[in-house]
Amino acid sequence: MSDATIEVTGVRKRFGPTPALNGMTFTVTPGRVTGFVGPNGAGKSTTIRVILGLDAPDEGHALVCGQAYQQLRYPLHQVGALVDAAALQPSRTGRNHLLWLAHSQKMAASRVDAVIELVGLTTAARRKARGYSLGIRQRLGIAAALLGDPPVIIMDEPFNGMDPEGIIWMRQLLRSFAGEGRAILISSHLMGELQDIANHLVVVGRGKVLADASVDELVAHASGDRVVVRTPAPTDSARVLEGSGARTEILDSFTVSVSGLAAQHIVQALSQAGVPFSEVIVQRARLEDVYLQLTSGEVEFRGGSDSGSDGQAKQ
Amino acid sequence: MTDTETATGRPRPPTTQPRRASFGPVLRAEWTKFRTVRAWLVGLFVAALLSVLFTFLVANGRHEGSCTGPPPPGSGPNSPGSNCHAGHPFVPTGPDGEPVADSYYFLNQPLTGNATITAEVTSLTGVISTEPANVAPSQTSTRRGLAAWAKAGILVTPSTNQGSAYAAVMATGSHGVRWQYDYTHDSPGLPGLMTDTSPRWLRLTRTGDTLTGYDSTNGITWTQIGTTRLAGLPTTVSVGLFVASPVSFQDSNNGSPTLATATFDRVSIGSRGGAGAVDAWHGQSIGNGSKSFYPTLGTGGYHRSGSAFVLSGSGDIAPGVGEGLLGADTAASSLPLGLIAGLLVMVVVSTTFITTEYRRDLIRTTFTATPNRATVLAAKAVVIGVAAFVIAAISAAVAIPLSEHILKANGDYVFPASALTEIRIMAGCAGLVAVTAVAVLALGAILRRGAGAVTVGIVVFVLPYTLKQVLAGSADEWLFRLTPAAGLDVLGALPRSAHVAYPYTLGNGYYPLTPWAGIAVLCAWVAIALGVAALVLRRRDA
Repeated sequence: MSDATIEVTGVRKRFGPTPALNGMTFTVTPGRVTGFVGPNGAGKSTTIRVILGLDAPDEGHALVCGQAYQQLRYPLHQVGALVDAAALQPSRTGRNHLLWLAHSQKMAASRVDAVIELVGLTTAARRKARGYSLGIRQRLGIAAALLGDPPVIIMDEPFNGMDPEGIIWMRQLLRSFAGEGRAILISSHLMGELQDIANHLVVVGRGKVLADASVDELVAHASGDRVVVRTPAPTDSARVLEGSGARTEILDSFTVSVSGLAAQHIVQALSQAGVPFSEVIVQRARLEDVYLQLTSGEVEFRGGSDSGSDGQAKQ
Repeated sequence: MTDTETATGRPRPPTTQPRRASFGPVLRAEWTKFRTVRAWLVGLFVAALLSVLFTFLVANGRHEGSCTGPPPPGSGPNSPGSNCHAGHPFVPTGPDGEPVADSYYFLNQPLTGNATITAEVTSLTGVISTEPANVAPSQTSTRRGLAAWAKAGILVTPSTNQGSAYAAVMATGSHGVRWQYDYTHDSPGLPGLMTDTSPRWLRLTRTGDTLTGYDSTNGITWTQIGTTRLAGLPTTVSVGLFVASPVSFQDSNNGSPTLATATFDRVSIGSRGGAGAVDAWHGQSIGNGSKSFYPTLGTGGYHRSGSAFVLSGSGDIAPGVGEGLLGADTAASSLPLGLIAGLLVMVVVSTTFITTEYRRDLIRTTFTATPNRATVLAAKAVVIGVAAFVIAAISAAVAIPLSEHILKANGDYVFPASALTEIRIMAGCAGLVAVTAVAVLALGAILRRGAGAVTVGIVVFVLPYTLKQVLAGSADEWLFRLTPAAGLDVLGALPRSAHVAYPYTLGNGYYPLTPWAGIAVLCAWVAIALGVAALVLRRRDA
């Protein structure tokens, strides 16, 4: 089997006059959870549909395990996808829903019962889908995604409508899957949902990738190595540190903001100069702030126009 | 896994042509989908129930009877008479079990052993009844006119009972000299009508059980027209001169009885080696009573005029064709309403089998599991087609014998059909329903909306069946030739005959195409729908 990867290369797609994807390029590698984040209408769902072969790109291509999705013989053995948990026939039971999926992949009914147990739907799966809560639908969708024990898992907004308990369960599940070496792509329009589980982030806006980096890199980049020094002598501190090559800003009579000098060098410089200080604090940006910073332009754009690709494509 | 590619190297231009999916698993998945939605199974059951029920009601509503005499007081001049009795008149059955017309005037005598009968037909004229159809024909209201298939000639038969085997050589109104035997067999001799300068000599010989017909313009040079063996012909048979004149149709609904008169001269009957008993003639009107179904103009008769015999006769010796003429039902004639009722339900089941997936966005799950969309369409078509076929076949297998039984109990005449014909009608009904189900499935895939697809499906694939009564003239014939309604031609159960002048129209129970040609026309429509659906599915984002 090919490596468990998703490669999206230069994908462009228009819906009428509106460009939904504008050269989308990124790679999802195995063994970690990749967060796919961006505001509503940034092109996340369209990208996922292109990956799954549901929408044809105008340009570029997407490969799963090194192959176009259409080339996969029994795709659910390679890719498990949760795209729309509400997409169920109301008069069919959850188990029968999984059963036809299993049959389409030449799988036995025993596999269906195994995934039902895995997601904890043993009783609900015998009922008709009509009465399912959003949480049950999500779990059923996850069961469907896991049916073929796939190396690649794609989930579009999986936390939508889940109760806190479900969210915790889901995060544990995803982490364990990543630990097994699977490639996992999870989209969300809320950075907060991904903060604790994503190792890697692909931030998108207006149909292209704005940032593609590990969570640590992103945070470090956004923080801009700012250090706050608490000192009774802000003027002296500023003078000494500027002498060491840093840029400073006196915020108040006890606080100096320093950039361009690492924390340990600040401590060293102040100590050598005999300037008193009580605290040296490395400022770490919150992931949420990074996200807002990256996508603020897009948010402004969306404020002026509601031609979101998600809305267009869903019809 | 069967992947042959490795993940080494840089991304190459990927193939996006869908890989051929193996059909078995997809088919099984679609079957699982179908059987796990109870509404669809209930729909199949309702379709079967409705089709049997409506067939029953149609059959039950038909009662056969005939009314003669003056119309009841207060009713219009064209109303049926008030003297009514139930039951269909007697329809003779020919040697092969087929219904036949066997009404004529026969001047005959018994003859033993081998023989040769010769006669010259010197004239053949006729009259046509001018009474309206509901008034008993009478000799006094007629106009001159000779039916095209008026017959005058020599006939040999083992028995004068209706439906007996026979062989005959004859002059006809406008089809020249013919050699005919056992109702359905016919071969032509001299063309054209006789004239004073060109009379028609006829000769029929019997040798054992072989009968042979000849014609001649001069009584000297004879041409053989046809020959046949009538197996089991008794030593003594009835031979003689006959005249028949069939119902003449002015239009597709109104037929008038006719009477023909022929003059036979130089009649000779010779047993081998001896002259026949020329004066032992016995005139007999065959099948010409009130019991017989075949409308006649009088009973016919004969007189001698010098050496000649002048015979007049009415009726026909031919295959019994025509629902209009016979007032006959067929094994299939009660079916269309039930078929349409079942079809309507089937259209809903079949379209929603795919449109509900669009409505619920389930189609994306389906295409994610099987990226080759044409395979999905094919699997769905097989599932719905087979389900529809089985249900329709069961319904027809119940409805056809049921309606036949009820019709017969109501005194109707049901045109005999062979077991093969009945099986063909059952399979045809099932095929029609199955193929239509596949067609509307394709419509569902194209249109995606249940209401729209059901509407278009009914308008295109069901409505044409019901337009039969609405369309004027021969437009309805084209309806059953070109539109999906051609599928109904599979119900055709009445035989045509090249030597019976009868309006073989839809109104009289004759469909314009042969059963399989009709199904083929319907299949062409389905192929178009499927082709468009496959193309649209491939091109469109899911």
